[in-house]
Amino acid sequence: MSEIKVNNDLLTVSTSPHIRSEESISKIMWTVSLALAPAAIFGVYNFGIPALTTIVVGILAAVASEYFVQKLRGKEITINDGSAFLTGLLLAMCLPPELPFYMTAVGSFIAVAISKHSMGGLGHNIFNPAHIGRAAIMVSWPVAMTTWTKMTTSVDVVTSATPLNILKQQGYAKLLETFGGTTELYTSLFIGTRNGSVGETSTILLLIGGIFLIYKRYINWQVPVFMIGTVALLTWIFGPAGLFTGDPVFHMMAGGLVIGAFFMATDMVTIPITRKGQIIFAVGAGALTALIRLKGGYPEGVCYSILLMNAVTPLIDRLCPPVKFGVRR
Amino acid sequence: MLKSFRGGVHPNDHKSYTCNKSIEVAPLPSKVVIPTRQHIGAPCSPIVQKGDMVKKGQVIAKNDAFVSSNVHASISGKVVDVAEYPHAVFGKCLSIVIENDGLDQWVEGIPVQRDWQKFNADELRAIIREAGIVGMGGATFPVHVKLAPPKDKKIDTFILNAAECEPYLTADHRAMLEYADRIVTGVKIVMKLLGVNIGYVGIEENKPDAISAMTKAFSGTGVKVVGLPTKYPQGAEKMLIKVLTDREVPSGALPMEVGVVVQNVGTVIAINDAVVNGIPLIQRVTTVSGGAVKEPKNLLVRVGTTFEDAIGYCGGIAKTPEKIISGGPMMGFAQSNVNVPIIKGSSGILVLGKDEVNSGKESACIRCGKCVDACPMGLIPSMLSILGERNLYQEAKEDFNLLDCVECGSCVYGCPAKRNIVQYVRYCKAQNAAQAANAKK
Repeated sequence: MSEIKVNNDLLTVSTSPHIRSEESISKIMWTVSLALAPAAIFGVYNFGIPALTTIVVGILAAVASEYFVQKLRGKEITINDGSAFLTGLLLAMCLPPELPFYMTAVGSFIAVAISKHSMGGLGHNIFNPAHIGRAAIMVSWPVAMTTWTKMTTSVDVVTSATPLNILKQQGYAKLLETFGGTTELYTSLFIGTRNGSVGETSTILLLIGGIFLIYKRYINWQVPVFMIGTVALLTWIFGPAGLFTGDPVFHMMAGGLVIGAFFMATDMVTIPITRKGQIIFAVGAGALTALIRLKGGYPEGVCYSILLMNAVTPLIDRLCPPVKFGVRR
Repeated sequence: MLKSFRGGVHPNDHKSYTCNKSIEVAPLPSKVVIPTRQHIGAPCSPIVQKGDMVKKGQVIAKNDAFVSSNVHASISGKVVDVAEYPHAVFGKCLSIVIENDGLDQWVEGIPVQRDWQKFNADELRAIIREAGIVGMGGATFPVHVKLAPPKDKKIDTFILNAAECEPYLTADHRAMLEYADRIVTGVKIVMKLLGVNIGYVGIEENKPDAISAMTKAFSGTGVKVVGLPTKYPQGAEKMLIKVLTDREVPSGALPMEVGVVVQNVGTVIAINDAVVNGIPLIQRVTTVSGGAVKEPKNLLVRVGTTFEDAIGYCGGIAKTPEKIISGGPMMGFAQSNVNVPIIKGSSGILVLGKDEVNSGKESACIRCGKCVDACPMGLIPSMLSILGERNLYQEAKEDFNLLDCVECGSCVYGCPAKRNIVQYVRYCKAQNAAQAANAKK
């Protein structure tokens, strides 16, 4: 009866559901990379060619590592899904601009080959690959990792030290003196005209990227809000001159907190899967960051705090299952 | 504003293919293939033989078990074969093939015209059982069983499930616009039978015309017509009950546990027809839709009409179909063969092109949590899929509430890694069931 007969042999038979959304891993990875772009571009503007070199080397080394590991293991090559690109970009954005390029390359290799692929590849890694790469460079070349460059946008008052470094070594008064007052300090932190890692300096551009990802539903607002909030609360309470004398505004924008809270602590693979678990993760990471900044030997603690919380993620997952339908009457 | 249920997804509903097309009476097929099993429960045994002449509405297969449902001839003609034939849900099933004699004659005694109010509850149940009525939303549970709750379960609410949340399907939608009177009578019959006073009609808000038609039809009956937020799986029984009554059916229990009985639109129409006109369930409204069918339609078809015939009534195919589905795209069954017949539970036949199914290649879970957010049952679908992949079906059952999964597919729909979570769930359920069966031996 029908003019064109259905050819049964061409029919696909599989379980339901038969329709899928347009969502895909590569879409997520490229969108997150896009969200990081403004802050990365600002880093190049701020620190010049060294920053660009770091970003390019970081990405190339990450993608090359992915390619060779997958080739070696006889697995499908997935360098187009953007995940290695993103890892390389994130790592580069958390490194000092003038870091020798081979160190960046080693960091990318460790991030992708060791941290991700030795665990089984995308989705199986326990720790945030970019932060593992950074931590590896930190323990291998501590001097290079704490040597800061002059900025192209340099104003005289801003020295070749990061604001958190000045705070740690010379105190809050010296920090204010260096920048010329709280307004100047906050402004340069907000815009990003301060020293630091390649892509961590511009609070406003990172916020724009982060809010874009929240809007796209690739990250949950709870993670950055609770992590940054916890840091703000603790640094305010435990101030340099007794309780409630801290400067939470400074701490919220300083160091790698904004990039860490929006782009690292939200890494799907390595954080708890339920909303409740994610909030616990964020508060924990925030508390550890504040602890390291205020009491630790390092000026900054975002990287290690997130890695430490990554380690307890399976435990948090186990303790925070979603509420099952039908248990409440 | 109604409080919605947890989770859910918003797939494109694709209802515009057919939602404005009136129900069309399909031509009679030259033969029908009627499976002896079109319901959940004991299969029926044929009571006719090859060569017998049968008439429309005649019982041709039955089983005296309580959880079973009679099967009737849907056309008049000659039984030409009693053998195994392809089946849309069970793969293969003993079926009775009737060759159309072109007379379309009713068996003696029907149709009739009678006043439903003169029947008491037991008589109504007997009529419904005799008429072979099953849940027509797709679950195909025998209705007389559902309408006979144990004495200790006090039923106080009846819900007409008119959500029709599956994309593409518009059979119930059109029925509400065109068969409003039969729906109202059907609901009244069920409510009398159950002895309940509270009645709801739940309709998704993407069908405003159906909401107003039903509101008009039910005015003065005390039954409340409620517009529900358009969100899949709004038509899942537990979700519907939760939204309308704020009662949660406990894990592993049936709606009657919270005093509610739910029936689908097609089902109450069949109840009306059986009680008022004495007509058994031999036809239904089915949506034939999808991008690969030439003229998508809502068809009133006889049970046993093959998919091939039904697609033929809709102009045939427009392009090579990637998948042919019995039911909706979220929970329906993909077919390997267009010779499968339409059964009592066939709410739709979807002929989908490659561009519509968009399955993609499965990769490892990236723990994005979209499935956790989407799961209306509050499970961790990603873990169920990972455990299924590793054959850890016991752990899935004991630690991750495997058996609470309703297989709605919300998790799979949004999964960026394109993981076939529902497939793993079904595998784990089957493995657990097999293990339990082995343990009994």
